[in-house]
Parts: sequence; structure tokens; C-alpha cells
Amino acid sequence: MDIIYLLLPVALVIVLIIIGIFFWAVRSDQFDDLEGPAYRILMDDDSEETDAGKKPAKTPKTIVEEKNDSGL
Amino acid sequence: MTKKITPEPCFHCGLPVPDNLDIHVEYQGENKPMCCYGCQAVAQAIIDSGMDDFYKYRTSTPEKPETIVPEFLQQLKAYDTASVQKKFVTQTNDDNILEVSLILEGITCAACIWLNEKHLSSLDGVLSANINYSNHRARVRWDNSKIHLSDILESISRIGYLAHPYDPDQHQRILEKERKQQIKRLGLSGALGMQIMIFAVAMYTGNWWGIDETFKQSFRWISLALTVPILLYASSVFFKSAYRDIVNRRVGMDVPISLGISIAFIASLVSTIRGTGEVYFDSVAMFTFFLLSARYFEVGARKQTSEATEALLNLKPVIATRLINYVSNKVSSVSEQENIAVTELSIGDYLLVRPGEVIPADGIIIQGVSGINESLITGESLPVTKRSSDQVIGGSTNTENPLIIQVNKLGEDSVLSSIQRLIDEAQHTKPAIAKLADKIAAWFVSILLTVAAIVAIYWYIVDASQWLEITIATLVVSCPCALSLATPTAITAASGQLAKIGLLPKRAHALETLAHATDFVFDKTGTLTEGKIKLEKIVIYMPISGQENNIDELQALTIAASLEASSEHPIARAILASNTQSLMTVENLRHSTGLGIQGTINDNEWFIGNKEFIQQHSSFSFNTNFFDVSDLDNTSKVYLATNEQCVAIFILSDSIRQEARSLIEQLHLQHKHTHLMSGDRMESAISISDQLGIEQCLGNLKPEDKLNNVKTLQQQGAVVVMTGDGVNDAPVLAGADLSIAMGKGTQLAAAAADMILISNNIEHIYHGYQIAIKTLRIIKQNLSWALLYNLFAIPAAAMGYVEPWLAALGMSASSLVVVLNALRLNRLKLN
Repeated sequence: MDIIYLLLPVALVIVLIIIGIFFWAVRSDQFDDLEGPAYRILMDDDSEETDAGKKPAKTPKTIVEEKNDSGL
Repeated sequence: MTKKITPEPCFHCGLPVPDNLDIHVEYQGENKPMCCYGCQAVAQAIIDSGMDDFYKYRTSTPEKPETIVPEFLQQLKAYDTASVQKKFVTQTNDDNILEVSLILEGITCAACIWLNEKHLSSLDGVLSANINYSNHRARVRWDNSKIHLSDILESISRIGYLAHPYDPDQHQRILEKERKQQIKRLGLSGALGMQIMIFAVAMYTGNWWGIDETFKQSFRWISLALTVPILLYASSVFFKSAYRDIVNRRVGMDVPISLGISIAFIASLVSTIRGTGEVYFDSVAMFTFFLLSARYFEVGARKQTSEATEALLNLKPVIATRLINYVSNKVSSVSEQENIAVTELSIGDYLLVRPGEVIPADGIIIQGVSGINESLITGESLPVTKRSSDQVIGGSTNTENPLIIQVNKLGEDSVLSSIQRLIDEAQHTKPAIAKLADKIAAWFVSILLTVAAIVAIYWYIVDASQWLEITIATLVVSCPCALSLATPTAITAASGQLAKIGLLPKRAHALETLAHATDFVFDKTGTLTEGKIKLEKIVIYMPISGQENNIDELQALTIAASLEASSEHPIARAILASNTQSLMTVENLRHSTGLGIQGTINDNEWFIGNKEFIQQHSSFSFNTNFFDVSDLDNTSKVYLATNEQCVAIFILSDSIRQEARSLIEQLHLQHKHTHLMSGDRMESAISISDQLGIEQCLGNLKPEDKLNNVKTLQQQGAVVVMTGDGVNDAPVLAGADLSIAMGKGTQLAAAAADMILISNNIEHIYHGYQIAIKTLRIIKQNLSWALLYNLFAIPAAAMGYVEPWLAALGMSASSLVVVLNALRLNRLKLN
């Protein structure tokens, strides 16, 4: 049973690592929004296909397309 | 195309579509009906940007969107100015890249958040948009050279929501930090606790089946090492609070908790050092973990409510339009105006206040005549006419005509500040009901220590070798676990029930105080009444000379609506809302502020307004007593007349909420006293209180009067529950034992109150009372159970029957019973 003298410190180290990771998670705001990720998973897969791509909010200054050439 | 008989709801917002409206939006190949152009614009915008999945995901209908008007867009532009931006917008390393926090209004379900996130991310120039699903805050990062903040806000409005830049104040930041700390403590005690328990179980089994003493001793030391962080970091909350209690000569629930934890730890420490005896480290860890989680849930429920309400208080920088180089009697051009944040104003500044805008600061009118909505102070939503050299209050709304005012009071001296001071002072002197659990805690500690002393002395005399062990076992087993969990579990369970009826508590004492309430005080406008002027009745007076038929009610209504079409006055809005037929063209339209409107329709001259106005313009005289129709009540009367006679009377009033009657009756059945305290005229207050059967009625009250009246009641021993909605209610909401703010009321009221009624259904106040009573009963049951458990456990420990594993078991079992009992609240049925 001498192995236990190895296992005990290993257990302690693992616990410390776990707590370290937990604290990091709290600090990086991961516990701020517990509902969001659940919804995001459900709703994100479909939207990839119907997403129309980047849309400008107002008349853009320039959009350079293949054919047009906005000579400024 | 057949005419629809039953109104089909609008596909976007769910409200019924008016009969004569036929607008549609194409969604996935089908034509879906829309109730207004606002909904159509929004739905079209959503579908065009490829986010029509929104309609698939949503679990409830969004709010009806405001139609975007040029004035609104103009106001949005003000958010681009440097002086406003420095409050909300954070710079990053790159000069062009800015960040802002936004609060979103109009969110009704998760799909709304998804929609906004997707829409914002798709805008060119927006680098990232993240919205928190719990508190509806958005963090947006954008490139200022490609897109401006006003564009971002505008695009959010185009899909039907409202966004406000948000600056979390000091208080919020502290709360946020505390919350994170709580989670860290919980995680720490949980992780370490589980490890400690592994060793504890090893030692328990060792006690039964034998264990090497060296192993046992190393387990003891390791458990000690693991417990120390818990003690220093996680349990420190209880120690600090207990210390504060003792210094103030009070015994709260935290004192027995700290006592239990410290004794268990010290005893275990001694055992570890001596190498013999029992250790209770697992009890310490478990106890801390249970309590921290109970508190976390209890606070979490309240935090969401306060977040939602207090945040809104910080927004709206109230942009003022300052006139540069204003010279009296000169009309200034647009180029001499500047948009500026209210915080930058100085005394003597000249401001332009357009109709519909909020007056930015206390001032005096220099030019213009208009109706001012002063519900801020009086709670009355009908505008008061003010003209040159009249004082106006910052925060009130200008309804009719543009005004030029000169600022004469700012900051501390303003009327709003004085109300805020009243609120602060009321909150400090507010009576607090001693929580039941705290009262018991005091008894518990003294009894426990006495019993421990007796046990110690007894065993010292009888069998000196065991006295310390048994005394410690006694103290540990009596650990106030069940006692301290009694209240938080009940309150947390109750908050689920409360959420169902839309009555959200903001402060810890809310539920217990509600259970003890004796007197219920109500505000009138907006609380007992809907707060909106509605057209109640049209009374036709006499046949018009020269015409064969009377004008009927519908025709009179249409004439009136046509005249009122361009007015912002609440009465005009009410008349327009009731009108269903198409408006007629009016020529020579003229408004006389505070009096009425006149115009020509189909070659007849018409006048609509109050008695004075009609008397000025018509040869008709109001000398019959037909017109004395209930002059003394809650209604307003507007008269429609021609040159010769009065044709119709429009009777408008603020309608009483349907559920008000039922609420008052049920309260009386429970032998509660009811009062009405209003800032409005005595006559309208009495009319409402008579109709509802309220016992006491007071009118013409200013904010400080309401507060003083409640204080008088409190001095007579009453426990007062105040329900209100306006800024003029905020001081009394802060001073009442328990205050409830209407969800649709002002933000200041919501911030000052202890509970928010977001369902706006006042009958739920009675349901809240029922829940409070049941919760108090469950708290009492829990406390009794905790005491009963101790009654059995302590003698058992005193006689030497209790070992650590039994102590741990007892603690968990008693806590479990308390939690299960509290869960019974979920089965509460309300009538």
C-alpha cells in the first residue's frame, strides 16, 4: 500500500489544477451567461445557409466589385 | 377576396389587424398579414437580411415596433458627438476601433437575442457583437471609420428593438465583482470538499474495519491542509458577518454558523496535532458548501430583477439642444444649435425643447406656449399649460409646441435631485422587520453554549477521558445547518412562484415583510388606473339647425378626430384612437394652446375644446343643466361645436384597472386596511376610491406628503405596503415597509421599490400576499424541524453515541428535509 504515498500528493496537485482552471473560467466571464450557449447551439447551424452575408448599414463609401471600378 | 370576419393577428407582433388594413409581408412563399406599417417594415427588414429563421425560433411575440420618424433618427445622431461618447464608449489600442455596452429593450425571448446578434454581426464595420442571454446586454466592437454608433443604434431599431448605450456605474461594477467572488468560493469549497470527503469516507470505513494508524494520521493532515483554504477564503464570509453582528451587539444567523464551523475546525485541528481523536473536516467543508449555494441562489433570484431596473436609470444621457448666441426675440437658425449632453449644461444656457421631447433641466420659459406633462410631480398625465416666464421642471415632457427655455437650476438644486434626496433619506430611516430566523438564532446560540457547558462539566466529572470528545461531538452535531438553510431555501422556492405571477422581489426582506403587512396604500394614476386617457362616451346634444338629421356619434367622432389629427395632446390621441373611419380634410386649421382647435370641414366651421374655448368662439351658451353631468369626477370633457351650437360632448377618463375591485375586496376579506394616496385632485381621487371601496382617500399630495402620511401610519404600528408607479411615488416607495412598483412605471420608482410587478396586474399583489403567507409558514416549519432535530441529536451526542460519520449524516439529512419542505412551495395553487 505504499503506492498511497504517491497517490496522495498527485491527488492534491490535481485538485489544485482543477481549482486553478475553475478560477480562470470565472475570471474570464464564462459564468456570466449560462443560458446563451444552449440557445446558440440550437440556432446557429441553420443560419449558416440562409445568412445573406455582410450587409452595409448605410450607403457604403465604396464597395469594390469585380466589374465596377470606382475611380476615386 | 372575402372580407375577414374575425381579426387575424399580425404575423409579427401578434396584435389584431384593424379591419380596413390590408398589408402583407411574404414569408417563405406565403402572404402574412401585418397590423401596421411599423410591423411590416420590421418584418421586411428581418426577412431581407436572411434572418427569417427568427419566426421559426421564437417562443413569444416581440413588442410592437415604433415607427421610425426623422426626429428619432436626429436624436440618435447625438450619440456620435464626442461629449456623449466619452461617457459610454471605450477606446482601444486602435484609434478607429471602439467598444460600447448596450442595453436592449423589447427582447421577449431567446430568438430576439439571436436575431439581434446575427443582425449586428452582419453590418459592415461591426467587428463583433455579443449579447448576454441572461441580462440582455450587448457588447459591440466596431470600426468607426466604416460605421458610426448612431448607425448601429438605427439598424437595431429597424428590426424592431431599442438599444441604449450603457455605462455600468460603480455600484454595478462592485455587484458584478461580488458575484464572481461568490461563484469562486462556491467552486473552491465544492472541489476541496469532495476531496476531503474521499478521505473522510476512508476514515469512516477505517473505524469499522481497521486502518493503519499511519495512514489515518496522514489522512488527517491532508484533510487539514485541504480545509484551510476553505476556511480562509470560502467561510470568511460568515466570519466577517458574525463579527459585525457581535460588534453591534446583535445575534444574526451567521453567529451560530461561524461558531459551528470554528468549533468543528479547531477540534479537528487539535485532534490532528495530538494524533488521536475524531476529525470533522468533512462537516466543515460540506456545511460551507451547502450554505454558500443556498445564499447564491437566493441572491441570484433578486439580482436579475435589480439589474434590469437599475440599469435603465443610467441610460439616456438626455441630449439637450443648446442655442448658441441666442438673442431675445430672434429666431435662431439650425446652424446655431448644438446637441450637447445634459451634464455639460451651465446656468443661463438657452435650450430649444421640441414637442415630444423631455425638458432637459429646470428652467424658465423665454419664448413659446405649450402644454407640459408634469406627471413627474403630480402623477397627472394631462398637460399643464405654461407660457413665457413660467418655471418648468427638468424631466417633464413638452407636448405641444416648441419652447425656448433658460436653465436656472442644475444638479443639486434641481427638483429631481430634491426628490432623490427624499428617496435616500427615506431608505435610511426605513423600518426593517427583524427576520424570524435571526430571532431564533439568538436563542439558539445561548441555549447551545449552555448545554455544551453542562455536558462538559458532567463528563469531566464522570469520565474525564471523554469529556472533550463528547462536548465537541455535541457542538458539531448541533451545527445549525438546517437552521440556517430554513429561510434561504424557502425564499428561493418562493421566488419561482413569484416569477410566475410577475411579482419580482429586489430585496431580501420583501417576502417576510409582505406576510406581516397590515395596511395597503395605492397610488391612483397608473396604479389603480391604466394611466391612459380613453374615450368613454360621446353624448350628442342637439340637432344642428338647418340640417334634417342629427349628426350621429360616429360622424361627430370623425369630425373631432380630423381636427385633432395633428395634436400630440393625450386627449387628441385618445379621440384619434377611437376613430375608425377615414379622416376628413380640414382647412384653416388653428390650434389655441390650452384651449382647443378650430378648422373648416366641408364649408362648416367647427370648434373642439374646453368650455372656455367654445364660449369664446361659439354663440352657444352653456346655461342648461345638461352640462352639469358629473362634473365632480374623474372625467375630462371636450366639446365639439359649430358657430351656433354645441353638437357633442366627448367624455374621457382614465379607466380603472379591471382587477382593482377584486384586489380591494380580497384584501378586506383578510382584514387589511386600504388607502388611496394621490397627487391628483381630491375629486378624482374620491371618485376612484368610492368606486373601489377603499377605506381612506387622500388627494393633492406632493411626494413628501405621501411619505409623511405613510410614516404616520407606521408610527401607529402599521406595516405598510405601498404600490405606485411615478417619480412622485419614489420617496414613499423608499420609505414604506414594503414597496411595489408597477412594471410599466417610471424607472426611478422601480429603483426605489422593493418589488416590481412586471405583469402590471394588480390582483397579483394579493397572490403575492398569499405566497408570502405560505412562505412564512414553511420557514416556521423548517425552523421547527431544525430545532426538533437538535432536540434529539444533542442528547444523543451528550450520551456519547454520536461519531463523526453520524454527525455528517445528521447534518446532510436535516438539510435535505429542509430543502424538500421548501420545495412544497412549488405546489402552491393560487385562486
